[in-house]
Amino acid sequence: MSLLSARDVHHHYSRTSLFRTRTAVAVLEDVSLELQPGEIVGLLGRSGCGKSTLARLLTGLETPTRGEVLFEGAALSRLDKARRRDFRRRVQMVFQDPQGAVNPRLTVAEIIGEPLIHLTDLPRARHAGRIVKLLKRAGLAAPMAHRYPFELSGGELQRVCIARALASNPSLIVLDEAVSNLDLHLQIQMLDLFALLSREQGVAFLFVTHDLRLVERVCSRVLVMERGRVVENAAVSAPLSLVSSEGRALAEAVLPALPRRLSTAREHLAPERVC
Amino acid sequence: MSHQTLNLVDIAVDAGAIRLVDGVSLTLARGEVVALVGASGSGKSLTCAAALDALPAGTRRQGGQVWLDGAPIAPERLRGRVVASVLQNPRSAFNPVRTLGDHAEETLQALGMEKSCWKERIHRALREAGLDEPQRLLGLYPFEMSGGMLQRAMIALALASEAPFLFADEPTTDLDVIHQREILDLLAGLRERFGLGILLITHDMGVVARLADRVLVMDQGCVQESAPVEAIFRQPRHAVTRALVAAHLSLYPAQEITP
Repeated sequence: MSLLSARDVHHHYSRTSLFRTRTAVAVLEDVSLELQPGEIVGLLGRSGCGKSTLARLLTGLETPTRGEVLFEGAALSRLDKARRRDFRRRVQMVFQDPQGAVNPRLTVAEIIGEPLIHLTDLPRARHAGRIVKLLKRAGLAAPMAHRYPFELSGGELQRVCIARALASNPSLIVLDEAVSNLDLHLQIQMLDLFALLSREQGVAFLFVTHDLRLVERVCSRVLVMERGRVVENAAVSAPLSLVSSEGRALAEAVLPALPRRLSTAREHLAPERVC
Repeated sequence: MSHQTLNLVDIAVDAGAIRLVDGVSLTLARGEVVALVGASGSGKSLTCAAALDALPAGTRRQGGQVWLDGAPIAPERLRGRVVASVLQNPRSAFNPVRTLGDHAEETLQALGMEKSCWKERIHRALREAGLDEPQRLLGLYPFEMSGGMLQRAMIALALASEAPFLFADEPTTDLDVIHQREILDLLAGLRERFGLGILLITHDMGVVARLADRVLVMDQGCVQESAPVEAIFRQPRHAVTRALVAAHLSLYPAQEITP
């Protein structure tokens, strides 16, 4: 059985003008997809194609205008209280903007502790130890636990959010451009962590991005979106070859690996000082 | 007379007792793209901000000078007139309650330009930045434009100033790959057509490979390596450079990175 699936999902936002006329803006049309346990799926598309909206529908943060999202075969809209809590625990999300995703008045330990309190049965006495372990997984040092969000860099705070997503031992983590703001070596470190969790603990990932290089590195399957529709669903091979026009456009826009031109070194007025 | 060379000499920046930028010097010539690369926190943005006297609160320039064509120049004479700037997040660089037209007027007024040539100048700049229908765009508010359009608009304002140099601080980081490529193509075109000298701040070696002629690698406030772009990719000398290039190349299939 698929872990999470979407069936004929449509989603509209309504726009109200100053004169109270309402117009519906279609964001998603007729989207169906399935996510299997342990699989890493890329959701690729340019900005405005609806990939973040789809991520929010899949995690139950919004309800689709039409169609259903199903968690282990059961529609999200009809889950009872216990199943809903189970869904909350097992499907986690990491957002693009970490500053907007944490309470600025809580310490890092309190931020990561929240899902432990609300979604797990772990006794309080063992929270501190678990928090240190989670920080380590995300590549952060234990003393970080006592700091506040404003004392952290964007990259550190994003890794706190990743640690928080791991806290409840989820089955699926939805990453909405969650590594885009990190330096490249940290992006790669996080991707390697995701691959390890998928391999060793069967955690599935939905990896929302516009960067084909990252999909190629970590995903086993990729969905390409264009203007609210899924236009391609392909297994990832190296090198990745996409057939839809949108997929090809995204592939062509990938930045070059190496400089094309021969160097145009010039005479300098003053040599750079190297320290 | 148009200016040919800009030198930053021994720029140093402190935050309290901590030295964040420690004696950075670089040369930027017309028609050249120099990339300043490094991890977050390595001091690349602060170096540029210090040269323009636009440092954030809590940091102070402790030394260094800027030279234009071999003579020292005060930062306030540099800003806007000799060096235009494009920033990372276009949404936070515009006033949300002002139209693009208001921003354009403010820019041209600050430069002391004749009011009679404002319209012609800004329309031309918007077209050069790849924005058609300038008249309609000038009436739009920032929230009515996409990130890519705002970034073009910011480049257009920089062009309207006719400054010979451009400091571009992570100009493509928040854009998707397609907009990213369009902006980089645009910058490359402006370099060709107007001989713009561009100081490109970035942490993405793909951006460096696409656009840069020379590269300065920063770490912990210092320039650790400075070399033509080919040498940076082919024979990186410093450990920091090697790590940056290796991480970048690891994202590409082997057949693309062998010469």
